Amino acid sequence: MGGDGHNLELSPHVSDEIRKTTCYMCACRCGINVHLRKGEDGQPKIRYIEGNRDHPINRGVLCAKGSAGIMQHYSPARLKKPLLRVGERGKGAFREIEWEEALALASEWLGEVRQRDPKKLAFFTGRDQSQSLTGWWAQQYGTPNFAAHGGFCSVNMAAGGIYTFGGAFWEFGAPDWDRTELFMIFGVAEDHDSNPIKMGLAKLKDRGVKIIGVNPVRTGYNAIADEWVGITPGTDGLFILALVHELLKAGSIDLDYLLRYTNAPWLVVQNEGAEDHGLFARNEAGEPLVFDRQQEVCVSSKGKAVKPALNGQVTLPDGRKARPAFELLAQKYLSDEYAPEAVSERTGVSPSQIRRLAGEIAQAAFEREVVIDQPWTDMKGERHEKMVGRPVSFHAMRGISAHSNGFQTCRALHLLQILLGSIDSPGGFRFKPPYPRPIDGQPKPHGGCKPGEPLAGPHLGFLRGPEELLLEDDGITPQRIDKAFSWDAPMSSHGLMHMVISNACAGDPYPVDVLFMYMANMSWNSSMNSGGVMKMLQEKDDNGDYRIPKIIYSDAYNSEMVAFADLVLPDTTYLERHDCISILDRPISEPEALADSLRWPVVDPATQGEGRDVRGFQSVLLDLGGRLGLPGMVKPDGSAIYKDYADYMVNHQRRPGVGPLAGWRGKDGEQQGRGEPNPEQINRYIENGGFFQAHVPAEAQYFKHANRAWSDWAIEMGLQDGPVENVFQLYLEPLRKFQLAAEGHGKRLPPESHRARIKATFDPLPIWYPPFEGQQLDENEFPYHAITQRPAAMYHSWGSQNAWLRQIHGANPLYVPGAICDEAGLVDGDWAFVTSHHGRIKVPVRRMEAVNEKTLWTWNAIGKRSGAWNLDDDAPEAKKGFLLNHLIHELLPPKADGLRWSNSDPITGQAAWFDLRVRIEKADPQDHPVSLPQFEPQEDGLEQPAHQLTYGREWGEGT
Amino acid sequence: MHPAISVIFFTVTSGAGFGLIAMIGAGMPLPGGLLSAFLIPALAGGMAIAGLVASTFHLGRPERAWRAFSQWRSSWLSREGVLAVTTLVLFGIYTLIWMMTGERLFWLGLPLAICALLTVYTTAMIYAQLKTIPHWHTGLTPLSYLTFSLACGLVLAGSLGGHLQPGSLAAGLSFFAILIAWLVKYLWWKRAHGASLSAFGSTMETATGLSAIGKVRLLERPHTGENYLTREMVHVIGRKHASKLRTIAVLLGAGLPLLIAFGVWILSASTVWLVFAFVSLMTGLFVERWLFFAEAEHAVSLYYGGPET
Amino acid sequence: MTSLPETTERALGLVIDLDTCVGCHACVVNCKEWNTGGYGAPLADMDPYGAEPEGAWLNRIHTFEVSPEDAPASIVHFPKSCLHCADAPCVTVCPTGASYKRSEDGIVLVDESMCIGCGLCAWSCPYGAREMDPVENVMKKCTLCVDRIYNDNIPEEDRVPACVRTCPSGARHFGDFSDPQSNVSQLVAERGGFDLMPEMGTAPVNKYLPPRPKAKPECATTTTPASVQAEVGGFLGWLDRALEKLGKD
Ligand SMILES: Nc1nc2c(c(=O)[nH]1)N[C@H]1C(S)=C(S)[C@@H](COP(=O)(O)OP(=O)(O)OC[C@H]3O[C@@H](n4cnc5c(=O)[nH]c(N)nc54)[C@H](O)[C@@H]3O)O[C@H]1N2
Ligand SMILES: Nc1nc2c(c(=O)[nH]1)N[C@H]1C(S)=C(S)[C@@H](COP(=O)(O)OP(=O)(O)OC[C@H]3O[C@@H](n4cnc5c(=O)[nH]c(N)nc54)[C@H](O)[C@@H]3O)O[C@H]1N2
Ligand code: SF4
Ligand code: SF4
Ligand code: SF4
Ligand code: SF4
Ligand code: SF4
Ligand SMILES: [Mo]
Repeated sequence: MGGDGHNLELSPHVSDEIRKTTCYMCACRCGINVHLRKGEDGQPKIRYIEGNRDHPINRGVLCAKGSAGIMQHYSPARLKKPLLRVGERGKGAFREIEWEEALALASEWLGEVRQRDPKKLAFFTGRDQSQSLTGWWAQQYGTPNFAAHGGFCSVNMAAGGIYTFGGAFWEFGAPDWDRTELFMIFGVAEDHDSNPIKMGLAKLKDRGVKIIGVNPVRTGYNAIADEWVGITPGTDGLFILALVHELLKAGSIDLDYLLRYTNAPWLVVQNEGAEDHGLFARNEAGEPLVFDRQQEVCVSSKGKAVKPALNGQVTLPDGRKARPAFELLAQKYLSDEYAPEAVSERTGVSPSQIRRLAGEIAQAAFEREVVIDQPWTDMKGERHEKMVGRPVSFHAMRGISAHSNGFQTCRALHLLQILLGSIDSPGGFRFKPPYPRPIDGQPKPHGGCKPGEPLAGPHLGFLRGPEELLLEDDGITPQRIDKAFSWDAPMSSHGLMHMVISNACAGDPYPVDVLFMYMANMSWNSSMNSGGVMKMLQEKDDNGDYRIPKIIYSDAYNSEMVAFADLVLPDTTYLERHDCISILDRPISEPEALADSLRWPVVDPATQGEGRDVRGFQSVLLDLGGRLGLPGMVKPDGSAIYKDYADYMVNHQRRPGVGPLAGWRGKDGEQQGRGEPNPEQINRYIENGGFFQAHVPAEAQYFKHANRAWSDWAIEMGLQDGPVENVFQLYLEPLRKFQLAAEGHGKRLPPESHRARIKATFDPLPIWYPPFEGQQLDENEFPYHAITQRPAAMYHSWGSQNAWLRQIHGANPLYVPGAICDEAGLVDGDWAFVTSHHGRIKVPVRRMEAVNEKTLWTWNAIGKRSGAWNLDDDAPEAKKGFLLNHLIHELLPPKADGLRWSNSDPITGQAAWFDLRVRIEKADPQDHPVSLPQFEPQEDGLEQPAHQLTYGREWGEGT
Repeated sequence: MHPAISVIFFTVTSGAGFGLIAMIGAGMPLPGGLLSAFLIPALAGGMAIAGLVASTFHLGRPERAWRAFSQWRSSWLSREGVLAVTTLVLFGIYTLIWMMTGERLFWLGLPLAICALLTVYTTAMIYAQLKTIPHWHTGLTPLSYLTFSLACGLVLAGSLGGHLQPGSLAAGLSFFAILIAWLVKYLWWKRAHGASLSAFGSTMETATGLSAIGKVRLLERPHTGENYLTREMVHVIGRKHASKLRTIAVLLGAGLPLLIAFGVWILSASTVWLVFAFVSLMTGLFVERWLFFAEAEHAVSLYYGGPET
Repeated sequence: MTSLPETTERALGLVIDLDTCVGCHACVVNCKEWNTGGYGAPLADMDPYGAEPEGAWLNRIHTFEVSPEDAPASIVHFPKSCLHCADAPCVTVCPTGASYKRSEDGIVLVDESMCIGCGLCAWSCPYGAREMDPVENVMKKCTLCVDRIYNDNIPEEDRVPACVRTCPSGARHFGDFSDPQSNVSQLVAERGGFDLMPEMGTAPVNKYLPPRPKAKPECATTTTPASVQAEVGGFLGWLDRALEKLGKD
């Protein structure tokens, strides 16, 4: 009894049990406490999901998606049984089959191809976080055609970072939230590090640290930024290099840092026209040379107590001329080309704002130096009494990377960080273990393929020059279906998943027999040109057979892609399976600690809905591996080694003592990082809340790229097997090697068609060039930019089946700058046609002022195909929502050369989503009220969903 | 505000019913005889009760409506309930006596009439008390409800008394009652015209507290669909539409009834004709009441894009 | 009795920081999941997978665009739940006594077992903080998580409202406004916390903190770095001298 005469229960029972696991409503991987309570049917039901306070990623907080996990888990769009297509592709007509039939069929299809020509299997996965398993499986299978979604996601960011300093933003590192004095965030709406970024911003707000948002749109993080730079899309490189120009001009750079940790002093051969022009001068041992300014001789950069010069022409012992990379760099960026006045019009940022920002950056870095009383020893053996930091930090994501100039833009940003001396120094950017991992510590890409044999090594990696491209003997034809590591996209470290269907359908470079995909909605929101891709998946040859003959797909829900599969393998939900967020892949570490985690079946699928007969995909993949007899997956007698994924997580060893999970290794569970498999390992994780962490020693917390204590610890933990040298590559030699090839030097030369492009874009020092799509179009015809942003409360396409989230984002308008509205006569509620070089869509319009004046934008992936996700055919997502993807082509506007140029970064192959150029005109009011294009509603065999929900009725006190 | 049919019906019909009860209690001349003593109160009580019953359709949990009598010390809605019941009980006793004795007791009729009018007043105060709806938040609201109620009661009582007193005073009284009620309504409308949220000092800036930064505009609603608040309180009606309806209300609710009442009065015709005036008046009032709700701006609309959107 | 208590022993409520809220809706959804299986009737959703999905929520985020005269427009994400007003009109209008304000801590609640769903309290609330449940047809509103903050079944540190515990950017603070030393009182004092629509006379307990002033693109520049290019020998001259200095250290 409460006061005031009302019956009020102040201490109601909350739950019968709390099970701690890892969220999977997005790829951030927060720790969650799942409260279970008995439901009406007597089975455990989810009462409440909250953040786990002890978890290193989210420390108790939980985002909207995570909190809506209940509705995801009980979604009426969940698949129930394996499905075999009965109608035409795309229709969604299936027959339910038993697992045994499904697995037998899949292994028959896959087995035949493996014995005949393994590359005819294209195995591509989405944002699944189990690439260390899927990649290894594909390697054992022997197809060169494996990648995950990274190539269309943010490979520019990852590759730009790894090539430059052995790390990158997001999973590889984070701002030093507790110490930074100025924070600048470029092109981020939400990012993978969803909760940590918000928690970090909160810390900055608490300390009164200035936040600067660089983004054409001023929502989300940019809304709370203390200053907004409303940049024109695709021009960040210019803006950043103008900041570099100003900082150089002012001498506001950390020379000591450059000398110690970067290749700024390395000598670059100056030999115009020759095959070594622009390469580093090296000694016989291959060590780069520097010029010691005191002894006035060329010495190895690896020597101790060297005092390298940063400028001046040097004559090398062999008589060639060379100059320090830094001099080339300074010359380049001090030129008027990068002066604020010269970039202002293009970027939409005024010269005075650029100057002031440069000033604020310099001031924070050099006048508010952070000093930590922590002695440490560097890799050359020198002891430092203190850790001195430059407290300016940056973060960036797809806003700068999803452009065809993104690799160079990301490099430009890292150049800026390094000039300031703020990489892994207190107050700057901090590596998260296992990073730093420079390319010397990374694998090379492997191709080639022989019937019935595994691949020699992992598919993806970092190549150092044309000699490592994956080409056929003609030196031109790509080995891979996505043309990764070919002249089209030489340094495509994550592959080009967005080109797979298009290339396979065109038979360019060859057709495939089986397309096997996992967790990627490729017929819809993860493809460019979605309508076109749907047609490609349905396209038939002269015999009436599908051009892509067999499609196997694993999804947990009835997505748009399901309708295009021939065989569907139904996955569990994230609360029903084992998953491993592995140290071998992309663990959940934060800068202070190495951490990995797992998911485990907190509920049994059989109890979570009538007739559910689903299996975790990883277990299914291992099962298939056993049936196919893949090496590493079968015992000599041919029986499967791993019972299921959980068994693999515990017992698989990639290298002796190193397996998927780092915690509680060794027979007795006393070892970390390295150690024998421990049969109790999973239980120990569960007891600990689903994760493991090992704290980085105090001495190893900063300067990890050159820190002896870090190196020792990393070796001890099994992160690396020996010391790895990490010299930041301001001047990136591999790029120069490709330029040289384009200039006609070396054994492997790009085809004529590619030479000019490679020469122009593979500059070893960061440059800016206008994005390709815009370059090839008439600006007057397509005057505006059109981009998307992730809504915080929705995850790509999969949130729309969520009864709670879809109320927040049930449809998406196109936000149009006020001035453009006025010109086109548009008011809120109007509909408009938006046209690109590739297509025309009809969309609802909303006026907005807080946006770059040339930029239209919308929320990503809200639009749905009618009938998908077990939503009503007339769902707002289908009738008012829309995808911008229909306007984006996977190929650039055709050129006279007749080649199929992919709409990607020329260096990494990153999909250039945000290069889109459009025009807009008002739609006739009579055309209302549905968005266009519309598609035939997708069918499904699922039960009609409920007309009303009263979730939790059985536990409430009722009324 | 959302113009809910049940509430429109309630306010108009029970207003007329209680108006008639007041007239009966006040001793308006009415036909005698048992049948009249039964039918006339049945009509008055019927309208009042029909209105009250309709109002429960607006309740989410009508089966608990009895609970609404408890908070008469603080709540106008509760007071309305209590008074309505008191009036109806008194009216029942009054009617019984009338039916049994043929007499209409004035000492009982007077408090009955007062209770009936108080009931109408409390109904009006349910709306008039709301600071969130400036259109309603005025003494003119109860005045208007009362004058309409009285006009309805008068016209109806007049028409019922028809065959007793041809060309009666009743028609003249009706004429003036209708005229006065619409004059009050005119004043109400005039005031409402200036009684926007902003005139009362509530703007999107005060709603958000962001005036120091600049002009505020809604960019996104919290959810993309509708919700209880937008349907209930952010009803928007076109200006043209509203003025058309207003004309209809005035023509049907004022013009025609006045003409009839005036004719009956001047021509000394049978007041039975006033029935038509009553029907027209009621029709006009339904439209008037629809507008009363539909045009009212609720402060919550400031969080949903402002009253204009 | 739906009269308001003259005073309350404590005045519990929230401070919402508009300078920090990124509009992520975390608090919105966590509030829904906590409350749909808890206090009173579940928070129902109608047509959840259909053409017009719509449900009851206790907390919603609006997004406003604010245009100053001399600077670019900015965006403010604006969370809104019940403000637990001291002079709560929603309480006094209630005919049944279902709506009440607790004298212990000032929390405004609906006793759903008494509610007739007349909707008048929602009409009287200027803030849109009350929503009728579409299935149970009783009035729902923020309870300030009264079933968490005193709940012996949950760890002490978690006895805060669900929305506060979950907010990733720390934009929501919970505390006792009657205590001038409390975290919330101090925040209000330091940051100029304000009332929504003070002209309504509701005396809200919850307070909002204003967005901090934004830097304007053309604001005075005091920190433009001096150019070393102008010095002897230009940039390279500076470089030589700078290296010289380093060498000596
Ligand atoms: N216009 C535009 N398009 C874009 C982008 C953009 O910014 N703008 N961004 C691009 C980027 S970066 C990305 S990463 C892609 C993302 O695109 P997708 O990776 O296609 O994204 P999702 O919609 O999340 O689809 C993944 C599929 O996984 C399924 N799924 C969900 N949970 C499970 C599970 O537990 N098991 C299994 N087996 N399946 C599951 C879902 O049902 C869905 O079909 O979109 C790209 N597309
Ligand atoms: N809630 C939620 N979180 C997610 C996802 C999700 O779907 N929902 N998806 C996950 C995935 S797969 C990914 S890849 C990450 C991506 O996370 P983000 O990198 O945050 O991805 P986007 O939402 O595409 O945001 C791109 C941002 O860049 C801006 N932008 C576009 N062009 C430019 C430009 O030229 N310059 C600058 N400076 N800015 C520009 C856009 O306005 C937008 O704000 O998010 C992950 N996290
Ligand atoms: S950010 Fe949200 S959805 Fe993603 S893992 Fe964390 S709680 Fe889950
Ligand atoms: S959770 Fe926090 S940041 Fe997110 S919308 Fe709510 S108050 Fe704002
Ligand atoms: S915010 Fe609204 S519902 Fe809450 S106490 Fe104030 S008036 Fe009542
Ligand atoms: S809806 Fe319920 S709580 Fe609100 S005023 Fe009516 S009875 Fe009271
Ligand atoms: S205090 Fe509780 S009920 Fe109120 S908004 Fe927050 S979570 Fe919802
Ligand atoms: Mo992505």
